[in-house]
Amino acid sequence: MGPLDLMVLLLSDHTVRTVAAGAVLMGITSGVLGVYALLRRQSLLGDAMSHAALPGLALAFLVTRSKESAFLLLGAAFAAWVGALGVIAIPNYTRLKPDAALGIVLSVFFGFGLVVLTVIQRLPTAAQAGLDKFLFGQAATILQRDVLTMAVIAALALLVVILGWKEFKLLSFDPAFAAVQGFPVRLLDVALTSLVILAILAGLQTVGVVLMSAMLIAPAAAARQWTDRLSTMVLLAAVFGAAAGLGGVLLSSLGDSLPTGPTIVVCASLLVYGSLLFAPHRGLVWRRLVAGRRQRAVRALQVLAQLYWLGSQHGDPFYPHPAGALRALAGSGVQASLRELAARNWVRRLPDGRVALTPEGLAAVSDFLQQAAPDTPVPPSSESKPEAGP
Amino acid sequence: MTGLQLEIQLIAVLAAAACALSGTFLVLRRVAMISDAISHTVLLGIVVMFLLTQDLHSPLLVIGAALTGLLTVGLVSLLLRTGLVREDAAIGLVFPLLFSIGVILISWYAEYVHLDVDAVLLGELAFAPFDRLEVDGLDLGPRRAWLMGAILVINLIFLLALYKELKLTAFDPGLAAVLGFSPALVHTLHLGVVSVTAVGAFDAVGVVLAVALFIVPPATALLLSDHLPVVIALAVAVGAASAVGGYWVAHTFDTSIAGSMATLGGVFFGLAFLGSPSQGLVARAWRHRRQRWEFALRLLVMHLLTHEGTATEAGEAAAAELPAHLRWEPRFAATVVRLAEEAGLVERQNGLLVLTPRGRELAWEVMLYGTG
Repeated sequence: MGPLDLMVLLLSDHTVRTVAAGAVLMGITSGVLGVYALLRRQSLLGDAMSHAALPGLALAFLVTRSKESAFLLLGAAFAAWVGALGVIAIPNYTRLKPDAALGIVLSVFFGFGLVVLTVIQRLPTAAQAGLDKFLFGQAATILQRDVLTMAVIAALALLVVILGWKEFKLLSFDPAFAAVQGFPVRLLDVALTSLVILAILAGLQTVGVVLMSAMLIAPAAAARQWTDRLSTMVLLAAVFGAAAGLGGVLLSSLGDSLPTGPTIVVCASLLVYGSLLFAPHRGLVWRRLVAGRRQRAVRALQVLAQLYWLGSQHGDPFYPHPAGALRALAGSGVQASLRELAARNWVRRLPDGRVALTPEGLAAVSDFLQQAAPDTPVPPSSESKPEAGP
Repeated sequence: MTGLQLEIQLIAVLAAAACALSGTFLVLRRVAMISDAISHTVLLGIVVMFLLTQDLHSPLLVIGAALTGLLTVGLVSLLLRTGLVREDAAIGLVFPLLFSIGVILISWYAEYVHLDVDAVLLGELAFAPFDRLEVDGLDLGPRRAWLMGAILVINLIFLLALYKELKLTAFDPGLAAVLGFSPALVHTLHLGVVSVTAVGAFDAVGVVLAVALFIVPPATALLLSDHLPVVIALAVAVGAASAVGGYWVAHTFDTSIAGSMATLGGVFFGLAFLGSPSQGLVARAWRHRRQRWEFALRLLVMHLLTHEGTATEAGEAAAAELPAHLRWEPRFAATVVRLAEEAGLVERQNGLLVLTPRGRELAWEVMLYGTG
């Protein structure tokens, strides 16, 4: 059974399907909004805000005694908002820096949330069961109704992003210019930060407040590696977020002991690290390959130039030389370079092992030397060049 | 207060003090959030070392956990060096992954690992005194107290041995490098100590609230003093007060000790944020107000001095004319005049405002040296 069949089989289960739908919606929302957080260097603000949502959630429950998600979400949103204000206010009014502000808001809000949560757990009513699952998410408790809520949140987030596309783009890349152009920067700033709260709300049930930041950062950071266009990046981040959500849910539905939230985060992280390694142009492997190719090309040209220089010592550029002489001049790796040059037909190998320039090779090397040093007729060569006669 | 309660508070205070010591330099260095990353990933180290040693009391657990903390730091700087992600994102890409792996391992080996997710998030202070350290049947007290004590001693030794270097590299890494101290080395050593300390914090308050011990007390102290030794002492005091107070809040309301400690830390920070004599919001607002009046007074005496004895004096120095000349609201002008009279800077003579000798002196001072 292939992985695709397994996926189909798993998705035929109603519960898994519901949970997967919720996780995919969460992934899309957080992926898209994470792009803006990432571009505005506010990735950790999402971390602080998601932790800050906890006391709001718990207090909303304590006051209303209802698990009606609308109340809980409102409470969570409000607390996250207050937390964001705190993160902004502390560096504005004190000598403390933003990193300390993040740590303070994150830990104090979360600590207070735990206090309220513990109080709730000690209540004699049974209705509170499951509230602590908001810490790590409890995907299995997602009902169709919750999926609907998440769909509304996702639609709202996408709608705002599309409506404010140009403005948000400008704000993310050049806030100073946006301000000069007369855009309401403050308002846009607040709008974008509030949108991040939407993503956090969408993620409460699936990954929970503790790990939510990963879902804001990872899909966006992965998408960043594949493109330099904002529109492509947003689409890719949505796809990556959805894929991480789906993958996490399916994997964790395979075994009882695989918690959904952390599994989703591991999936998202795999996407990021894969992208960091293999994305074209930016990826590390790609960069390594390009660097290697360039180095080989330079070495080959170097060998070609040596061959030309040796030939010109004999008054004949096509004069054949033993490969050993080249090795003495150009160092190791001459054979590989010669193979490459021979493949391009710039060099021909004689049956006795000596090598010589071809007319094409001569054209290439004079081209190169013209570009490299237009004034010097004698080719410059590398370190161990023997003194040339006058 | 029972011995049990005393022991819990002792452990909490030791942990809070150790965290405050190394946390102060995290805040000064502006790398506060790295402690969040380290304290999260410490979990993975503890779980892996436990699975390897099958012993929850093995000192290898502490070492493994501390190494994971350093691994986190290494991974973050590796990610940064690729130039592909920025610092905030780099931190956020490393610790959720390692932490998630830790949580998955715990769920996976739930029957072997006597660590549940609640303990990870809340710490297990309440149960700490039941785990005794016994040598030859002699009860030496709770094992955790010894662990925290050792961690505190490590922090103290580190601080005393490298105080000068820590201070210099935190405030002026460039100068430190020029003078031949290696800021990178000091930084790495410091993060090593933070990692060891994070193990203690993890035990006391769990993963998330370790930040509350590392960052909140030093941040509070930094609002209260400009002098580093005082800041450190205040940070330890705030940490200890949060620990003891948190315990009693939790005891009274029957709630989480760790959560109460963090909340109380937040309350202390809020108090300093509002009420600090040098940086608090209240002091700032008050200073702002006072400066506004002082500036107005100086403006008034200058204005009077400028027109003193000139032909325009009658028009310019009449109290009723001030709003027009200085563009003040009439009520504001009236208040300024009243304040100036109270301060003995001006007098009224025939409806004109006249400088007193003191007022004239102040006006000349402002003329010569500016309003400051």
